[in-house]
Formats: sequence, C-alpha cells, structure tokens
Amino acid sequence: MSTVAAHADDHHGAPKGLTRWLFTTNHKDIGTLYLWFSFAMLLVGGAFAMVIRLELLEPGMQWVDPNFFNSMTTMHGLVMVFGAIMPAFVGLANWLIPMMIGAPDMALPRMNNWSFWILPFAGTMLLSTMFMEGGGPNFGWTFYAPLSTTYAPASTDFFIFAVHLLGFSSIMGSINIIATIINMRAPGMTLMKMPLFVWTWLITAFLLIAVMPVLAGAVTMMLTDRNFGTSFFNAAGGGDPVLFQHVFWFFGHPEVYIMILPAFGIVSQIIPTFARKRLFGYSSMVYATASIAFLSFIVWAHHMFTVGMPVAGELFFMYATVLIAVPTGVKIFNWVATMWKGSMTFELPMKWALAFVILFTIGGFSGLMLGIAPVDFQYHDTYFVVAHFHYVLVTGALFSIIAAVYYWLPKWTGHMYSEKLGNFHFWASVIFVNITFFPQHFLGLAGMPRRIPDYNVAFADFNYISSIGAFGFGLAQLVFMVMVIKCIKGGEKATDEVWEGAEGLEFEIPSPAPYHTFATPPEVK
Amino acid sequence: MSVSKLKKAAIGLATLVFLMTSGHAWADKVLNLREGVTEVSQNAYDLHMIVLWIMVAIAVGVFGVMFYSMYAHRKSKGAVAAEFHENHRVEMIWTIVPFIILIGLAIPATKNLLLLEDASNADVTIKVTGYQWKWQYEYMDGEAEGVKFFSSLDSASNKARELNSGADVSAVPNYLLGVDKHLAIPTGKKVRFLVTSNDVIHAWWVPDFGFKKDAIPGYINETWTKVDTVGTYRGQCAELCGKDHGFMPVVVDVMADNDFSSWAKDQKAAMAAAAAEAASDKTWTKAELMAKGEKVYAANCAACHQATGKGIGPFPSLVGSPMVKGEAAGHIGIVLKGKNAMPPFGAQLNDLDLAAVITYERNNWGNDFGIVQPKDVKAAR
Repeated sequence: MSTVAAHADDHHGAPKGLTRWLFTTNHKDIGTLYLWFSFAMLLVGGAFAMVIRLELLEPGMQWVDPNFFNSMTTMHGLVMVFGAIMPAFVGLANWLIPMMIGAPDMALPRMNNWSFWILPFAGTMLLSTMFMEGGGPNFGWTFYAPLSTTYAPASTDFFIFAVHLLGFSSIMGSINIIATIINMRAPGMTLMKMPLFVWTWLITAFLLIAVMPVLAGAVTMMLTDRNFGTSFFNAAGGGDPVLFQHVFWFFGHPEVYIMILPAFGIVSQIIPTFARKRLFGYSSMVYATASIAFLSFIVWAHHMFTVGMPVAGELFFMYATVLIAVPTGVKIFNWVATMWKGSMTFELPMKWALAFVILFTIGGFSGLMLGIAPVDFQYHDTYFVVAHFHYVLVTGALFSIIAAVYYWLPKWTGHMYSEKLGNFHFWASVIFVNITFFPQHFLGLAGMPRRIPDYNVAFADFNYISSIGAFGFGLAQLVFMVMVIKCIKGGEKATDEVWEGAEGLEFEIPSPAPYHTFATPPEVK
Repeated sequence: MSVSKLKKAAIGLATLVFLMTSGHAWADKVLNLREGVTEVSQNAYDLHMIVLWIMVAIAVGVFGVMFYSMYAHRKSKGAVAAEFHENHRVEMIWTIVPFIILIGLAIPATKNLLLLEDASNADVTIKVTGYQWKWQYEYMDGEAEGVKFFSSLDSASNKARELNSGADVSAVPNYLLGVDKHLAIPTGKKVRFLVTSNDVIHAWWVPDFGFKKDAIPGYINETWTKVDTVGTYRGQCAELCGKDHGFMPVVVDVMADNDFSSWAKDQKAAMAAAAAEAASDKTWTKAELMAKGEKVYAANCAACHQATGKGIGPFPSLVGSPMVKGEAAGHIGIVLKGKNAMPPFGAQLNDLDLAAVITYERNNWGNDFGIVQPKDVKAAR
C-alpha cells in the first residue's frame, strides 16, 4: 500500500445519507451513480426489448398494437443508447480516469454533479411520454422527418426536450473529462504513457463535443418545424426531409464510435493483465483510435445509400466506410498479438474481453459487408442491419462494460465477486446473445425488413429462436445484478493489486479504493 | 470458380454455424441472400459471397491464431510471457494487406454500383408513390400509359393481422405479402421506376430485383429493373413509415409481352367505366352508397379509424363524434383536404367514392346523420 494513499484516506470518509448522493462532487460517488443509473436503464430498455421479442415470437399480432410496437422499438433504442451505454462509459470514466492518471478528482467536480443529475430528469421525461395522450415517440430511434415532425404524436416535444437535456449532460461530461486528462495527470504521466482507456476516452470526449450540438440542432429544427411554422424538413414548405438524415447521421455515425472507442480502451486494459504481457503496439492503438475518430466524420451517408444520392457521393461514402476496416483490423491484430506467447489465465474479465474480441469482430465483418454500397441496397433496413449493430453494441459495447465491471469491481468494493454466479452469467449471456442475434442475419438476408411488428410465416422459425434467445439473455442480466449486489455486501477480500501482475496506478492504491485518492500526486516513472 | 460451388460451400458453412448456435437443421434457402432474378440482384449476390468468403478466411486466420494462443500459451501449461510488444514489420503488413484487399473489393463494387444507378434508356416508366400505407402505381408511357391505381394489403391478410384476430396466419396465402392489385411489368424490358411519396418516407423493395429505393416526399428518385423470367415477385416497404409500416407489401407480376398488352387494355377499360360512373349525375340510394362506402372505408380509412370506427391511439373515433354529427360540409371538407395527420383524399378518390365513404361513416356503427351525394362532393372541391 502506498503511504501517500493511506495518508489521503485519513482525511475524511464519505458523508452519510441521501445528501451524500445528491450533493456529491466525489468522482467515485458520481461514477457509482452513473453506473447504477445506466444499469436501471439497461433493465428498462431490456424490458422494452422483451415486449418486441414477445410480439415477434410468432407470426400474427398477439400482444400489442402496431403503434405501441413502434413506440417500443423507438424507446428501446433511445433508452439503450442514451440511457444505458453512454452513461455507463461516463460512469467508468469518472471512477477510473482520476485513479489511472493519479489525479485527486475530476477537474470540474461541481459540473460533474450536475452532468449526472440532469440524467434522471431527462430519462424520466423521456419515459413519461409513454403515458401521454397519443402514445410515446413511435418513429424509431433515428426519428426521420417527416414521420417525427408532421406525423408524430404530441409527446414528441417532450422527447425533443429530453434529448436536449441528455446532450447537455454529455457535453458537460466530455468537457470535464478533457479538462481532467489535459490538466491533472500526475508528474511523469506523459500523454503516451497514459493507459489506453484514458486515451480512448480523451478521443471520445472530443467526438462528443463535436457531434452532440449537431444532434441538438437537428431536434431544435424539429421543434420549430412542429410548433413554429418553419419548414426545415417539410418538402411542402420548401424544406428537405433528406437534410434531416444528413444532419442526424453526421451526429449518428460518430455517435456509434462514441459507444465503441472506450470499449476498445477497456479491452486494451484487460487483455495485457491476463496475458501477463505488455499490450502489443501501444502507439499504433492510439493512432488507430484517432484514425477511426477522424474517419467517423466522413462516412455518415453510408446509412443513406438508398435515399437517392448522386453516384459520386455513394462511391465516396463507400470507399471511406470500408477504409475504417484498416484501423479496426489493426486493433484486433494487436490484441491477438498481445495474447501470443503470453501466459494466459481466464478469469471472468478476460472471458468477457475474449468474447468481445470474437463477437465484436463478427459485427465488424457484417459492417464491412454493409459498407459495400451495391449489396447494401439489399441489406439496408433489414434484420441483417439489426444483427450487425447488436453484435457491435451488445457483444461489443455492453460486453466491454460488463468486462470492466468484473475487472474493477474488486477495486471498487474491496471484495472479489462470486465466481459461480459470474461464470453462470458469462456462459448464459454468451450463448443466449448468439441465439438471439445470429439468426437475425438469416432473417435479413431472406428479406425481412426491420421495425415490423408481424411477418410472413417464412420468417417464423428464426424469429422464434431469436425471441427465446432474447428472453434468456434478458434473464441472465438479473444474475449480473445479484452478483454485483453480493459483491458490494461482502465476499473474499480483494488484494490491492487485485489481479496478479495488474498494472496501472489504480492497482497501487488500497482495495476498496479510499474515498479520496492521490491528494498528493504519485510520481510516474 | 463456379458460382454453384461457392453457393454449396456457403450453404454448408452457414448451416454449420447455425447448427452450432441452435442445434436444428433447416431448409438451406432461408440462410443466405437471395440470388434474385435480375442482373443487379445476381451481382449483389456474387459480391456478397465474395465478401463473405474473405471474411470467413480472415476469421479463420485471426481466430485460429487466437484460439491456438489460448490453448498453448496458458499459464496452467507453464507458459512464460514473452517480452516483445511491438514489431514494425508485422504492423506494416497487417495495415497494408487489408488495404489491398479493400481495393480488390472496391473495384467490382464500383462497377456494380454504376450499373445499379444507370436508369437511362428505359423502355417503360412507372411512377411509384408511397402513401400511408399503400402504394400507388402510374404508368407514364408505353402500352399502359395513363393506367393508375392503388395497391394495398389484401383483405385476407388485413383481417388476420388484427390484434388477437384468432386467425391461423399460416393458412392465409402469402400472409402480409399479398395485395389487392398487383403491379404488372413486361418481361425483357428495362423498366424505370420514379419513386416518390405523398406523406412520410417509405422504401420500395422487391428482394428478387436486388435493390430498394426510398420514397421521399418532395423528391423523385430513379431506379430500374429488367426481369426476364415470368412470375410474381413479392417485397415489402423497407423504411419505417408509421403504424402500418409492416402492412404495405409490394407485389409485381412480370408478364410476357402479349399478356401485358391485354392486361393494359383491361385496366384502361375498367378505368374508363369507373370514371363514367362517377361522372354521371345520377342520384344514388343510401343502400348503394353504403355498399360502396364499406369497401372504400376498408381500403382507405380502416387502418387508422379501425373497422369498428372507434379509432385507436391518436386516431379519433367516428362513432357519434362531433364531426359526423355536424354539417355534412364540414365532414366532406376534412376528407377532401385533410387535417393534421389525416391525409387529404381529394386527389386519391373520385366524387362517387368520397360520397360513398362519407355516407358510410355517417350512417354506420349506430350513426344516423344523413347521406351525401357525389354532386355535394363536387360542389365542395
């Protein structure tokens, strides 16, 4: 145990009661709040997914009407993207970045509190639309105009305001992360010595600052189209519905990398620990992350190959899109090379990280296929796309978050998790997630469009399998919750190092991490 | 390398993968992309297979190394970690080789895309307009010039797809893939489609033709097909377009030349007869209007206001509502010109159909608020 950290610990512990959480400016408390909030949203968004898969279990309409089904697909997407995945990464950033760079806290602790506390209100506002007259948003998480403007239910204005609030939260969170990383690194912690999780988050934060205002612009134009007689997206008034898609995807494509770059960082922390070998190609990892971030700004229209762009535009976006395979490939090759000639063990974080590498790569393969424009005219808007983005977002982003929780939970709580529950959670998740999403490739190729509540009997078998998988995957996440709660309450004591040979400043402080750490910066050699 | 060999291998592999995930064997047809019946769809299929195989090869290589490493370089087998953590030569190779593979893919992809987007020198042009939730087809030239009709989900599917209809949907032929009036095109002719929309964005898609195209209000998108095989081809709307997005299929009959000619002749005759009927200044009886109105209502209004007339969600009830109770002129005005989410039907339906449907709405489900004649509608236009 470092004497510096022990000394910091004596100052004062956490305050007690509800106000601890309400008024906290402590990065660890705020990280915890973010993580619990995102887990709650995971369950809510998951419940919506269960409704979708229940209706799709068999052909014919058995459970919900088509309008409510559309609300479910919309809310599932919005809640998972803005409520579950993004806040979970911000929560991890809050917990880990100060500990990894040897800072006492985030640079802007009060703003940090505000960034979090906006979220429950935004989330509540978004979910409350479900109970409004005319139903909740029903136009998909991509909310294409004019379906989301002229033809949308009245509750859409609440959705717009919720998106604005979520945007404020994300932007403030990113500013905080950038300010912390730039200004608060311990002496000797040069940029190229930073752990990759910190690097990927630094780049992600810049992406967020660049694109969240674009999303805010898109929803603001929707708001004025709906209420103040403008015609940004209304062709009848001289506007352009395709403009909406350009603006949305200029936000939306960087957004999907916002949800995967921190995942790359997490996996790059975990694999070297359990391979007991330094990360292969550290600097190429940094450059690859930066290249992916740059490319993310010039590929947005690959979501729009069928809107009738000029051929030159389609060609440009196709070439730029497939180019992303190069830096992404570099990352995967680096992880494999890290394992090569290592001395591997397979504790749960490693299991999740390996599942990430394999399954995310499958999502990457289908992504490359989708990038080939003339074939995308077949794949576009089918279940093939649904399969693709669930492989990258569930087995990619979500798996990395779960891997991170297993990896750092002993550091946060001071206890080891239950191996038995953890193993059950892992195997159930990996098996069911593939039963859920792999058959969706076949459905899409066979011609089933996405976002339909009912289908021809030709699609029945695979939908049935997919639904069964989804129910299993959903239940498995309840095991995850039990595992986490048990680990907080007690369990085998974790050592300070937690994992044999784990590197990084966060493993030099005691487990559980004291309420205040690095009040005096450590010396990084 | 022959396509059939590729295909067999692909099916084998896909089946294997599937067996691993589910433990069932299935008909091979549904596992892979359809080859379709046009040059464009065949190109898409071939390119799909090439990319798929490259992906499979890379997967075998990368995952092979990874699994070998997981097996051989594990601590429990006494493996001691090596020290290396970079190698510029290897890193260069795995940056450059994928780049070269991508160039190899970009060449056929570019060629296919240029073909797909070249709608010039078409023999027949058909305008396709998306509506919530049906398609309108209009022949712009050729033998069927002037033929114009709506194509909506067929009534058997439409009844079976009601919530808790209790219908056995596997007994409904082409469930959700059948329409009341099929689009017809001649074989061997290059058919150009001008795709647009009347309300929200839709996408017109027949998988066997190998493309989809968005139907966007304010835009006229161009695409084309040329089918040499006579047959009936089915597809669906591919862009979320509201409540009944899943219920607006596309059905195309590809006909031999002479069949197409006689089809065109029949369509023109039927259109002329309907126009004459609507234009006559006959005064219709309530029973006649109600019978006609019921059909028009089912095809145009029931999706939102429901067969029961009670509406659903944001769509208002017509049973004893202020509108049906009020002056007929107000009712006619809303149906003709629309209001908020209610589309204007003035351009879609003729005076007779409008009079019939309004009469139906004012006198069905216990309503009793008088009949409307075609001349009333004409006067309100």
